Amino acid sequence: MAHERRADDELGRRLKAYEGQAAAVSAAGKDPVNAPMIRHWCEAMGDTNPAYTGPDAIAPPTMLQAWTMGGLSGHTGRSSAYDELLTLLDESGCTSVVATDCEQEYVRPLRPGDEITFDAVIESVSDRKTTKLGTGYFVTTRMDIRVGPALAGTHRFRILKYAPARGKEGARQETAPHKSPPRPHPVVNRDNAGFWEGVRERRLLIQRCTACSTLRHPWLPGCATCGHPEWDTVEASGTGEVYSYVVMHHPPFPAFDPPYAVALIELTEGVRMISNVIGVPYDEVRIGMPVRLEFQVYDEELVLPVFRAEESRVAVEGRTA
Amino acid sequence: MKPGEQLPPLEIPVTRTLVVAGAIASRDYQDVHHDAETARQKGSPDIFMNILTTNGLVGRYITDHFGPTAVLRRVAIRLGAPNYPGDTMVLRGTVEEVAEASGGATATVRVIGENGIGRHVTGTVTVTVPSEADVPSEAADVPSEATAGPSEATAGPSEATAPAGGAA
Repeated sequence: MAHERRADDELGRRLKAYEGQAAAVSAAGKDPVNAPMIRHWCEAMGDTNPAYTGPDAIAPPTMLQAWTMGGLSGHTGRSSAYDELLTLLDESGCTSVVATDCEQEYVRPLRPGDEITFDAVIESVSDRKTTKLGTGYFVTTRMDIRVGPALAGTHRFRILKYAPARGKEGARQETAPHKSPPRPHPVVNRDNAGFWEGVRERRLLIQRCTACSTLRHPWLPGCATCGHPEWDTVEASGTGEVYSYVVMHHPPFPAFDPPYAVALIELTEGVRMISNVIGVPYDEVRIGMPVRLEFQVYDEELVLPVFRAEESRVAVEGRTA
Repeated sequence: MKPGEQLPPLEIPVTRTLVVAGAIASRDYQDVHHDAETARQKGSPDIFMNILTTNGLVGRYITDHFGPTAVLRRVAIRLGAPNYPGDTMVLRGTVEEVAEASGGATATVRVIGENGIGRHVTGTVTVTVPSEADVPSEAADVPSEATAGPSEATAGPSEATAPAGGAA
């Protein structure tokens, strides 16, 4: 399972990079502190404290976070770092979220009419943790809430972003009828557009340096051997073999159904590319297995090159196994 | 107020209405706090109380007990077993430390809220209760006489700990 640990470490490293980054900068509360919201809060909480009503009313101190909430229309002033972090966790399968800790300090009371602003920082991202709910990461943010220049309070908040644990029958039955999310689409840019154009035409194109004729894949703006920027392409014959592979069991990513094999295919032309091996169960993929190129249609806009295990050889291996 | 003092427990019936009203009053529109079908799709048996409501209830538990002049300084909570509709949470508190100062006493209260499936919340609250002599000088932070009336009717414990009107 070393490959899984490496994948986790890689994700962990990317997540850790967000520590210390701003989660919100000089964001403003959507509403000034106001009596109606205070009253609605007190009604919900069953809180009849007279300090929260009348001309000298203060807001319940525990409302501190409520003044910073984005509500139905969402957050404004949230940094891209925080959204990126949550998106990265979503993409790694940690699609659920639950709040676990809230620590608030109240420096001075908030009163109707106060206009709050807040700054928040991503304080820490934990290592991967397994909990009763599932496996995921704790993300801690600290927020300073101000009225003008004066600090009104601080608010430290911890959430668990996690991939829900499997095995709850009720949950499984409920989710069963739902279609799995679409497979992620490749990011097409100037450097690799020619490759994806080839794929659309059902041709697997390999880049070739026009100076030294070295073939390269994946596509790059220049030759890694001689540095020459000009290139042309050759079409792959479509034959190759499995150079190496891993089997993905965990974590489950949306749109993928583990376990499945991810293979590094060495094309007959000599370059290697990552793809899927089809036509053979995930646990029968082997190094050296001959494969042949096919194009698989995933949805209206997504065609990917995949590699089918060559039948004759599979049959032979099957007999010898 | 002495270390070791136990606060009377507060029973909170966890109704569907409380879960939804608390979520909306705290402007938390996460679907798991109001949409049971979506909550189930996400692996939860039902909607559950959001952390802001728990925080609010813990704050209320402390100020209900210490009265309207009590000033919350800090509330730190950790959630465990979720509060699902139909359950009952019982909040209990124990005074852990008391620091006396000229303006009043500041207490650290350990709070635990248990429901039918386990410990929903554990936390500590730091609260300052002004000494009686100081109450009038902090009049700006307590309700005026016009609003003090309802406190006697609705917040019984306040009479014992904070005779705000009478001390003036």
